[in-house]
Amino acid sequence: MIDWSHTALTIGVILGGALTLAGLLIWVERRLLGIWQERYGPNRLGPGGCLQSLADMIKIFTKEDWIPPFADKAVFVITPAIVVITALMSFAVVPIAPSFVVSDLNMGVLFFLAMSSLAAYSVIIGGWASNSKFAFLGSLRAIAQLLSYEVFMGLSLMGAVLLAGSFNLSDIVDAQQQVWFVVPQFLGFLGFFMAGLAEAHRTPFDMPEAEAELVAGYHSEYSGMKFGMFFVGEYLSVILLSAMTVILFFGGWHGPWLPPVVWFVLKMSAFIVLIILIRATWPRFRFDQLLSFGWKVVMPLALINLLVTGGVVLWKAG
Amino acid sequence: MTPRPSAIRDASIGEHTGLVGEIAAHFGLEGYLTAVQSTKDGIPTIWIEKHRLRETLRYIKSEIPRPFPMLFDLSATDERLRQHHDGLPIGTFTVFYHLFSFDRNQSLRIKVALDGEALALPSIIDLWPNADWYEREIFDMFGIRFAGHPFLRRLLMPPWWEGHPLRKDHPSRATEIGQFQLPPERLVMTQDALQFKPEDWGLARTHHDHDSDFDYMFINIGPAHTGTHGVLRLVAQLAGEEIINIVPDIGFHHRSQEKIAERQTWHSFIPYTDRVDYLQGVLNEMPYCLSVERLASITVPPRAQVIRVMMSEFYRIASHLVWYGTFAQDVGALSPVFYMFNDRERILSIAEAICGGRMHPNWFRIGGVAQDLPMGWDKLVQQFVDWFPSRLDDYERLVMDNPIFKQRTVGIGVLSLEDAIAWGATGPMLRACGLPWDLRKVRPYSGYEQFDFEVPVASHGDCYDRAVVHVLELRQSLAIIRQCLNAMPSGPYTSLDPLATPPLKTHTMHDIETLINHFVGVSWGPVLPPGEAEIPTESSKGQTSYYLTSDGTQLSYRTRIRTPSFAHIQMVPLMARGELLSDLLAVLGSVDYVLSDVDR
Repeated sequence: MIDWSHTALTIGVILGGALTLAGLLIWVERRLLGIWQERYGPNRLGPGGCLQSLADMIKIFTKEDWIPPFADKAVFVITPAIVVITALMSFAVVPIAPSFVVSDLNMGVLFFLAMSSLAAYSVIIGGWASNSKFAFLGSLRAIAQLLSYEVFMGLSLMGAVLLAGSFNLSDIVDAQQQVWFVVPQFLGFLGFFMAGLAEAHRTPFDMPEAEAELVAGYHSEYSGMKFGMFFVGEYLSVILLSAMTVILFFGGWHGPWLPPVVWFVLKMSAFIVLIILIRATWPRFRFDQLLSFGWKVVMPLALINLLVTGGVVLWKAG
Repeated sequence: MTPRPSAIRDASIGEHTGLVGEIAAHFGLEGYLTAVQSTKDGIPTIWIEKHRLRETLRYIKSEIPRPFPMLFDLSATDERLRQHHDGLPIGTFTVFYHLFSFDRNQSLRIKVALDGEALALPSIIDLWPNADWYEREIFDMFGIRFAGHPFLRRLLMPPWWEGHPLRKDHPSRATEIGQFQLPPERLVMTQDALQFKPEDWGLARTHHDHDSDFDYMFINIGPAHTGTHGVLRLVAQLAGEEIINIVPDIGFHHRSQEKIAERQTWHSFIPYTDRVDYLQGVLNEMPYCLSVERLASITVPPRAQVIRVMMSEFYRIASHLVWYGTFAQDVGALSPVFYMFNDRERILSIAEAICGGRMHPNWFRIGGVAQDLPMGWDKLVQQFVDWFPSRLDDYERLVMDNPIFKQRTVGIGVLSLEDAIAWGATGPMLRACGLPWDLRKVRPYSGYEQFDFEVPVASHGDCYDRAVVHVLELRQSLAIIRQCLNAMPSGPYTSLDPLATPPLKTHTMHDIETLINHFVGVSWGPVLPPGEAEIPTESSKGQTSYYLTSDGTQLSYRTRIRTPSFAHIQMVPLMARGELLSDLLAVLGSVDYVLSDVDR
């Protein structure tokens, strides 16, 4: 029997929390980048500038919502929604604390993978519907990158699934009470995190948006709130990536003294900051280098990792 | 107005020694040389007949012992208002070819006089590929045609422009042209000129091959694009992401510096030079002032020389830092550019304390510098010298040692030494190909021979090596600044020569002669004796030179500005062909150009 009020409350908290956090991240990233880059960053609105996102939101909502006359209008409009919807849907299976989850699906891992695959469509049809060469090239690069890294992402987290013996994310977290999966699954963690960066279009895998040569890649033609949706979608996937890394490899809500939710949020924040720090530090790969890196380095490692883990699990089961 | 017999020697064979004698002896014909001009800068300058031009150039390029493999500069002069002919065979226009030999460490100027209606010369694009843009520029600016040039279109002005700006009868100011009108037919014409047709750019639309048949993709990068660092337009012909060809379109930053030079006094043109390459401040003033001082035969006192060197090296660091940061940004690293702009800010603060200006310091004067160093300058410089090296170490870890940065730049945009020389590459571009050629070392000016520094060199000529040379130069410049700080000579900061402008104020109240000099020099401008001079210097991006022609007035008769960026941007297609579109940004970033330095 489903407890409707509890579910509705959880949905509300997770949805509100994720969106607020995504909005806040816009400020956090700019401020952190600013501090690391010997400048201030946004520091005027509210304490430390934390209301900057609010001002950005007001601005971006009231901007002219321009659709290029050469674009395919219907598809062009739908695309930004896909980004946000797929990212938010994934949060449905994210267990933040024991029984603090919207839907404790028994194949939560697969649901998460399916949603991140769907997100790739936004990039593909967004670039295509824009009918502009810069967007088109950006979207071609994005397709190649997303499809490749989709494969590695699935493969590299299978080790964790094997060890836990379940596709259910809560079960995976519970299986890490003694030791976090990052220890036996270090290769899996590296592969998953890299693939996740690529899925979220973050440096050094931000090829689809390659700021300098392709203007802004597949979303070059988007403006106003449609651009804002892409922006929020990117931050949502950063949060999602951090949350999933914590769940799959860093013991989820487990930790001493503090309540589970606090542990979860702390661990997740650490990864968010790490992702921003990577952006502040590294240049980006070239498109073909990125693909060869994926297929020639990440792919074999993920396969070996899976093979060895499977062997160990079988041997232990006797 | 009388020709000065000393300026010309009789042009019969046998009297000439050295290089001119070698050339004359080879061609051996009576009257081959129509004149041998003696210039203030000591560069051998010969006048030859138009129909002998190509064979002469071919001989000098490849057959003469220790040849001249580089076409350093090529431009023209409108001679129709020239007063001082000095007995030279001057026609209505003169085209001059400035060649350079590394073996001899020598320049050679070849001049051809054009007369009458048929303003045409044979093209030398098959001898030197970089003659392409130079000949187009002459066609654009003077209306001289080059027979055999495959693509003789306007280079800097828009295609619908009427007249040739550097001709003496073309107005210099907009107010002289009359009110601007845009009737509908002109609107249509200018709009049509903006339509992109690949054929107009010499690009094929489709690829035909025995096994493949496809349309190329054309992508228009710029003039307003985040990756071109200024108003540069590149038309890229792509097959997939591979660059088949690139055609740069320049002229968006053209401000007619050379035309403006003809209406400013020798003194009041100095601020304009700052704007030729707006990143390198006084490094622009150096070649201009040296050339003016050579024309005026002024000796610069030692203290002024060292002040000049110190500020030049500061601005070299500032310019290199901008290049460093933006190059890192071009390959996707976000942060370095902020660190480097902060460092540059420190340099500009020192420049502000010393010169008053920042990006446009307007600091050198004819005969010296504007003022003596302010009190406490040594503390400022010492602080910077102490602080900067550790930052450079950080940058090396952050940028140069980064594996992704290396992946993006090593082996990309490779330039061979032969190509570099044939296309007129100078500065870090040339040194990255393996030739340790630095004018501060091989032809010291402004007292550079007293300083102890090395010329960094790399060997592969790719984007990474260009970066390596730039980065090492930062340390060398710092070493020079340190030496300036430790051994700043005392003495006057400007020459006492009457032509030095502005003269020292302290002397003007003592006798009428200096008072008059001061009054004339400041109000009307110093009058320089007729003659020609050009002192190339090593600026941040390569060799910059101002070829000045004085006709004995307070204005320049012709100022030819040779800039390195112009030559380097012309080489971008050469480096980018066959690379991927993402590499174009790495290539552009590594070239280190400034659009105002390209277009002038």
